[in-house]
Amino acid sequence: MANESINKLIGDRYKYGFTTDVESESFPPGLNEDVITALSKKKKEPEFMLEWRLKAYKHWLTLEEPDWAHIGYPKIDYQDISYYSAPKSNEDKPQSLDEVDPKLLETYDKLGIPLHERARLAGVAVDAVFDSVSVATTFKKKLSEAGVIFCPFSEAVHKYPELIKKYLGTVVPQRDNFFTALNSAVFSDGSFVYIPKGVRCPMELSTYFRINAENTGQFERTLIIADEDSYVSYLEGCTAPMRDENQLHAAVVELVALKNAEIKYSTVQNWYPGDENGRGGIYNFVTKRGDCRGSNSKISWTQVETGSAITWKYPSCILRGDHSIGEFYSVAVTNNKQQADTGTKMIHIGKNTKSTIVSKGISAGAAQNAYRGLVRIMPQAKNSRNHTQCDSLLIGKDCGAHTFPYIEGKNSSSIIEHEATTSKISEDQLFYCKQRGIGEEDAVNMIVNGFCKEVFKKLPMEFAVEAEALLNVSLEGAVG
Amino acid sequence: MLNIKNIHTSINETKILNGLSLEISPGEVHAIMGPNGSGKSTLAKVLAGQDDCEVTEGEIQYKGENLLDLSIEERSREGIFVGFQYPVEIPGLNNSQFLRASINAKRKHKEEEEMSAVDFLKLARETIEKLEIPQTFLNRGVNEGFSGGEKKRNEIFQMTMLNPEIAILDETDSGLDIDALKIVAKGVNEFKSESKAIILITHYQRLLDYIEPDYVHVLSNGKIIESGDKSLAQRLEQTGYKDDGE
Ligand SMILES: Nc1ncnc2c1ncn2[C@@H]1O[C@H](COP(=O)(O)OP(=O)(O)OP(=O)(O)O)[C@@H](O)[C@H]1O
Ligand SMILES: [Mg+2]
Repeated sequence: MANESINKLIGDRYKYGFTTDVESESFPPGLNEDVITALSKKKKEPEFMLEWRLKAYKHWLTLEEPDWAHIGYPKIDYQDISYYSAPKSNEDKPQSLDEVDPKLLETYDKLGIPLHERARLAGVAVDAVFDSVSVATTFKKKLSEAGVIFCPFSEAVHKYPELIKKYLGTVVPQRDNFFTALNSAVFSDGSFVYIPKGVRCPMELSTYFRINAENTGQFERTLIIADEDSYVSYLEGCTAPMRDENQLHAAVVELVALKNAEIKYSTVQNWYPGDENGRGGIYNFVTKRGDCRGSNSKISWTQVETGSAITWKYPSCILRGDHSIGEFYSVAVTNNKQQADTGTKMIHIGKNTKSTIVSKGISAGAAQNAYRGLVRIMPQAKNSRNHTQCDSLLIGKDCGAHTFPYIEGKNSSSIIEHEATTSKISEDQLFYCKQRGIGEEDAVNMIVNGFCKEVFKKLPMEFAVEAEALLNVSLEGAVG
Repeated sequence: MLNIKNIHTSINETKILNGLSLEISPGEVHAIMGPNGSGKSTLAKVLAGQDDCEVTEGEIQYKGENLLDLSIEERSREGIFVGFQYPVEIPGLNNSQFLRASINAKRKHKEEEEMSAVDFLKLARETIEKLEIPQTFLNRGVNEGFSGGEKKRNEIFQMTMLNPEIAILDETDSGLDIDALKIVAKGVNEFKSESKAIILITHYQRLLDYIEPDYVHVLSNGKIIESGDKSLAQRLEQTGYKDDGE
């Protein structure tokens, strides 16, 4: 394929790259205790929250940025980032959608996430987070009738301080790593979900994260609690404008599943990946962990990662309850100069616990894609099982795939299975497809979608189609 | 319909075809024989348009147009089908999904309506049954794990489904057991018509007992050194290429 047409395709491919022209209020770049105090004040937070933040900040100061992942990037200057940015129009907290700035609603329309009553996605409640704040949450009434709490994190801090105090930081401790300490100090907004005992959440819940402002970091925090015998399916989506500078996104997600509860957490991550020369794009450094605290509980992570310049994330499960189940289904696509180091951790503590890992890594262009996964079966986790399937697909000859499995089986009644394959889309395969009249892009898409089918099947139906389309766009021009 | 005039091609700067000419009209069956490495598969690849095969001299007319101006996909959609000597495996890509995409790519090109999944499945089931291929093949990956003979039968299956105007079958008979050979020959004979042309590349007279050629050509060192009717094939079977044509 001629260079020109590749460039054209890549130029076209990120259709979420626009900026919304809203007046926003941003903190000047810089991080210190005053900034954190100002942030907390801005959000009118109770005292306990500020203390919690400052404690995290003090710890963060003692930490070094991790460098063990299979990724490379220039050092981040944390004093050069603004830690708060919000559209001004959102200042007096709109009470209903009618009061939300039309420009913001328009932004979500353009992103394919209409918020207003008429056009909403049927059966999906959306919390829309724009830079550091949540601008709207749909279907509030229907959810509250079922007893489900689904609101911006900053609202939950006021309305449900007891739940926050009880669960915040109990799955991902502040001190877990460099980025969790940073997030705990400066997190801006995110979603809070509580499903009461015995309730099956009547609809899909979804948060849509959008970075708009320049030079800001996004540090969201999501906390989902599924009380005994409850069920919830939650999905997050992410996009950002195209800019030449890199932007940092360091989120923390905590899930708690109590006895017999099930949480299904899906991610379609499509942050701006940077251009074909690796200029710009989001640094996606995220810590996600679920705690199967009760017996028979289940947490399932499904992720489709197509965006970001660098992805560093390992959605994990702590299988504490007996008979609890953890699952991780992942498709990670890297093209051009993108880098991804992603995978999962399954920590088996309870007896008869079970985990399944299916990871599909796709590399094209000059991209690097690494799977890193830990399976640890503790001595007391008798009769536990893990099955890991880890497949890589290479498109072209300048990209790389790497697999780093860490396996620790500490009792003899448990079984750990690991399978890995690497395959390549070859010129011969493409020639064969073309001889049958199928164009190169279509051929690549068909092969890739076949490769990912197992994971797509796990996504909520509303999003499976979107994910497939997204993947096709991400790989446009992948074969040179 | 197809007029190959004095073509020269090279792969990685090695000359492979050296002034090959061949004219084919609708309704005709041409058999091409010749020693290993003489350039038979290269000819098939040149007709398909594979990028590695550079045509340095000569021209090819197809249905009155310059074939070399068309991309690989366009040639296919315009009715050129190549049954490969070594069909490639595409694991994970479902056979029937692949074939339906192929049929619809052609239909789209011809500005015809796409074939629905239901119609496709009906046609696929009927065709596959005629070729005595197990139905389960439809749901497997393209050629994935197929035996040598199964791959060849799959090529004929695809040919039948796509219904091209000219079929170039590169050693479709090699690796087939005697029953499979008969089935494949039957498939090709059913495909044969007034309006279609067939090029059979083969090493064995045996195939020509089932599919009767109008012409037999001997390819050696990248050009056709002798042409005749089917008796030429019979002679070659006895004498081999060594004493021939020199
Ligand atoms: N990619 C390549 N690079 C270099 N030489 C090649 C390449 N492809 C084919 N050739 C050479 O071109 C010549 C013709 O090959 P081709 O496959 O057309 O022969 P063939 O007549 O089909 O032989 P067979 O009867 O064994 O199938 C051979 O000498 C082969 O080694
Ligand atoms: Mg050959």
